[in-house]
Amino acid sequence: MLVFDIKRYAIHDGPGIRITIFMKGCPLSCVWCHNPEGISSKKQKLYNKKKCIGCRACIAACPEHAITLTTEGIVTDSSRCTACGECARVCPTLACEISGSEYTTEALMQEIEKERIFIEQSGGGVTICGGEPLLHLEPLLDLLKQCGKAGIHRAVDTTLFAKPDIVKEVMDNCELFLIDLKNMDSEKHRQFCGVPNEMILSNIKMVAEAGHDYIIRIPMIEGFNADEENVTRSAEFLASLPKAPIKVELLPYHDIAKGKHEKLGTVYNPHGYAFAAPDIEKFHALTKRDFGKSILSYNAPESGQPKP
Amino acid sequence: MNNNISSNLSARVMRLREETFNIQPSLSIERALIETRFYKENYGKYPIPVLRALNFLEICKQKTIYIGEGELIIGERGPKPKCVPTFPELTCHSVEDLHILNTRELQPYSISQEDIDTYAREVIPYWHGRSQRERIFEHVPESWKTAYLAGIFTEFMEQRAPGHTALDGKVYKYGLLDLKERINNEIGNLDFINDAEATDKQEELTAMAISCDAAILFAERHADLAEKMALTEPNPTRAAELSQIAEICRWVPAHAPRNYWEAIQMYWFIHLGTITELNGWDAMNPGHFDQHLTPFYEKDITTGILTREQAKELMACFFIKVNNHTAPPKVGITAKESGTYNDFTNLNIGGVKVDGSTGVSEVSYIMLETVEALHILQPGSSIHISKNTPEDFLHAGCKVIRRGYGYPSVFNTDTYIKELTRQGKTLQDAREGGCSGCIEVGAFGKEAYILTGYLNVPKILEITLNNGFDPISGQQIGLKTGSGFNDFEDLYAAFLKQIHYFVDLKIHVSNYIDKMFAKYAPAPFLSLFIDDCIAKGRDYYNCGPRYNTNYIQCTGLGTVTDSLSSIKKHVFEEKRWTMDQLLKALSDNFEGHEVMRQTIINRTPFFGNDDDYADDIAVRIYNDLFDAIEGKPNTKGECFHIDMLSTICHVYFGKVTGATPNGRFANRAISDGTSPEHGADTHGPSAVVKSLGKLDQTKSGGTLLNQRFMPNMLKSDEDIAKLTALIRSYFALGGHHIQFNIIDTETLYDAQKHPEEYRDLLVRVAGYSDYFNDMNLDLQMDVITRTEQNSF
Repeated sequence: MLVFDIKRYAIHDGPGIRITIFMKGCPLSCVWCHNPEGISSKKQKLYNKKKCIGCRACIAACPEHAITLTTEGIVTDSSRCTACGECARVCPTLACEISGSEYTTEALMQEIEKERIFIEQSGGGVTICGGEPLLHLEPLLDLLKQCGKAGIHRAVDTTLFAKPDIVKEVMDNCELFLIDLKNMDSEKHRQFCGVPNEMILSNIKMVAEAGHDYIIRIPMIEGFNADEENVTRSAEFLASLPKAPIKVELLPYHDIAKGKHEKLGTVYNPHGYAFAAPDIEKFHALTKRDFGKSILSYNAPESGQPKP
Repeated sequence: MNNNISSNLSARVMRLREETFNIQPSLSIERALIETRFYKENYGKYPIPVLRALNFLEICKQKTIYIGEGELIIGERGPKPKCVPTFPELTCHSVEDLHILNTRELQPYSISQEDIDTYAREVIPYWHGRSQRERIFEHVPESWKTAYLAGIFTEFMEQRAPGHTALDGKVYKYGLLDLKERINNEIGNLDFINDAEATDKQEELTAMAISCDAAILFAERHADLAEKMALTEPNPTRAAELSQIAEICRWVPAHAPRNYWEAIQMYWFIHLGTITELNGWDAMNPGHFDQHLTPFYEKDITTGILTREQAKELMACFFIKVNNHTAPPKVGITAKESGTYNDFTNLNIGGVKVDGSTGVSEVSYIMLETVEALHILQPGSSIHISKNTPEDFLHAGCKVIRRGYGYPSVFNTDTYIKELTRQGKTLQDAREGGCSGCIEVGAFGKEAYILTGYLNVPKILEITLNNGFDPISGQQIGLKTGSGFNDFEDLYAAFLKQIHYFVDLKIHVSNYIDKMFAKYAPAPFLSLFIDDCIAKGRDYYNCGPRYNTNYIQCTGLGTVTDSLSSIKKHVFEEKRWTMDQLLKALSDNFEGHEVMRQTIINRTPFFGNDDDYADDIAVRIYNDLFDAIEGKPNTKGECFHIDMLSTICHVYFGKVTGATPNGRFANRAISDGTSPEHGADTHGPSAVVKSLGKLDQTKSGGTLLNQRFMPNMLKSDEDIAKLTALIRSYFALGGHHIQFNIIDTETLYDAQKHPEEYRDLLVRVAGYSDYFNDMNLDLQMDVITRTEQNSF
């Protein structure tokens, strides 16, 4: 399967110390997505201008002659680039990289086993993240089953944008879902995330009805979902579920993806939506409601601008 | 002044803390004057140990006694706080040295022109040519001197007395009068017919008895002053305190302490005595202070003569006393490698008791709270974690770590017990052990473990690559082990030959210095407190202790491992470039060789990433250093061992080492202790500790792992719990020590200037994948200034 990152000592992706595996490919295309390299299911070339020393090694190595050196660093002709990786192989500075490496289940298990002592000591496990892992059902199930046999706690970080039988199968092979709840309004969801939300909401309901453990994560974005109405509807929805989430994490908006878009050669938030994280007062006002038996966590950005 | 301190300090402690913060270190010539007059009059009249004891007595009789406003724990080595005496018998500062100390920008020690003149008139003429330092440098072989000046190794004992001493619990059970009685019994039992050493023993034991009198007299003079001050003190509360202080000083150290306050004052007098007698490096250490104080604390709480708040206040007063005792100023290379005010009293908190049960008590928490609240340079502190240490204590310690002071550091009690038993200590003595200054361990109250200096292992590789020639000093300082290596094994064999050569050179001189101390600078007062000096009738420096260990501290494991990994992979395996090309790049400090340097940095397996390619090299070097050093005889019938620390010497060593094959520029620091090279570890802390876990750390007397953490990794209590799990995991892998530096904004600026040295900086954001260094500047700043633990 195509993996674009493996993160050890992951401490915010479920209980304990975890190893997080990022699978490439996602049916959603959220405007603020902080792993934009995880959206495409194909290998992609990344270019970090900051690291480039203009040595021309990539130009010589490219079999498609797709690379030229300009005053703005190298430029890759995307119509010719096949993401074959020759440029990344020769680049001394890692300015050229290929996002996405093929892994077998065995190779991933080897990586996971490296973290076993930390997993056991901390009550941690593996978190399969993305992209959207449910997009790759067969390899995902294979990996989850292997982890299950190895006695490793499994969390799947998902949008739940998948057919119910797929969700059900994955649910049977993991201990925990980390589920994004982005917007209760389907039209807005479609506009900002590329897909409507009905299937997601019904899947959340199904997971809750099955009594499965899940954590809800809500990105808190002014200009998208951090308004009175949406927060109220989200809270009502969660409170109505037969099994409450273990906790609801409210994650303040961040434009951390900007740097990655630069590397992908794409533009962050091309429509220029005025996104922001709600401040703590607004947040408290919004969340004085019953989210079910869930625990809330939110830490607003510090007031004032960061110093240069 | 730091405004981040807890508000739960008493007004008294706040004031004393502010005072100790604001006082600038100065030099006192008082001790040197007393000593010089004494030596002039008495040298040659007495056997050396007795001469040293009488000299100590003279200082105790004459030195200025100081009791500061509001102090509860009293006594200063100099005439006032942070006023440091000199020890001309070991190192006689020249007039020029004194001027430099007075005016230098970093770590100055002020001294008046009048004092400098007096020193030049009274002190320097007598000691010139007589000081131990001068005598040592007279003796050492030229080959040693060249290597020393080139920065292959340092020598701790050339200007300060061997120290690294920590005490066990005996001073809380026996007063000096009890010890004196024991000494007199030993003298009475000497067998002058059958024991050829009986006379030597008599001299040493007599010196010890005189030292007891000296320290008692010293305390009595404090009692006198306190009584006098009480008479004129207008504030009745303070007057009562002064009277109580007088009573305490009349009782300890002559007798065993009767309560918590006396116990702390008892230790403090012993501490002062040892650092007045000589200037042992590191200063002095109470050992398992929490364990020693606990019986007193519990009894006093039960009987109602002490509250928890008072206990904490007394603890804070003790901490401030330690902070008042700035390290004696160093000169020469030693000043370059250890230019700090810190005299390395590292308080051990927690650990295990001699019966193996946990040593954590209420006093441990009081100490931790004091560490957190005071935030001062000295004392250093460490938490000692065994499998049976309560999680709550480790968690509390990690919360202090989160403050970003750089301490407490964290030690694995179970591992260092194995280190000590491997060296032949009994299990009980090993459990009583711990760390005294940096990370080196010893059997408290039973051992002289002498750190002899640091070994610059990356520099030895530099010498090897240049056939024994040092490109920095332009001299042949090593063996001619050849050049034009056929393969990696060829090179490695030459490297090993050079290691053995330099280790032997170092040991030669260290052993000589050891003998100098045994003959000319015995420490009868210190010897009182280390078993079995009294029973053997021998000095601390002369096989008196139950265990007598010498260490060589090997530094730069990360740098040298990565350098060899780089050569192995790129020169010998992939033949990307020739050895000559690499050497050219090194001599050019990589200028004009950026492609090569970048390739090395980005395409070499480096130590600290849980990658066997590099880790196997690290293990091999570590084991070979062990083989080169372990078992080499010292002068005391025992032997040398390895220690893997650098304190701050890796910065000095970096300055004398050219560019290295791992892509490190000349002058930049080499890696510290057993930590990975700065920025070489790019897979997070779990991968780092896995790599470190591959070393059999029980073969050393300590390893050191510095781990940098971004503040956003330690925001919530859950993050703290994950940190404790990381620590427990490392310790389950056999790790000895780990400490955490929390990255501050200032460091971040440096990270932006030298990104390749900070490739290890992680951000951990929910479901987000990136390295800090790959983010652009704005985002980096944003990440560090935000307060949230979770973001997306």
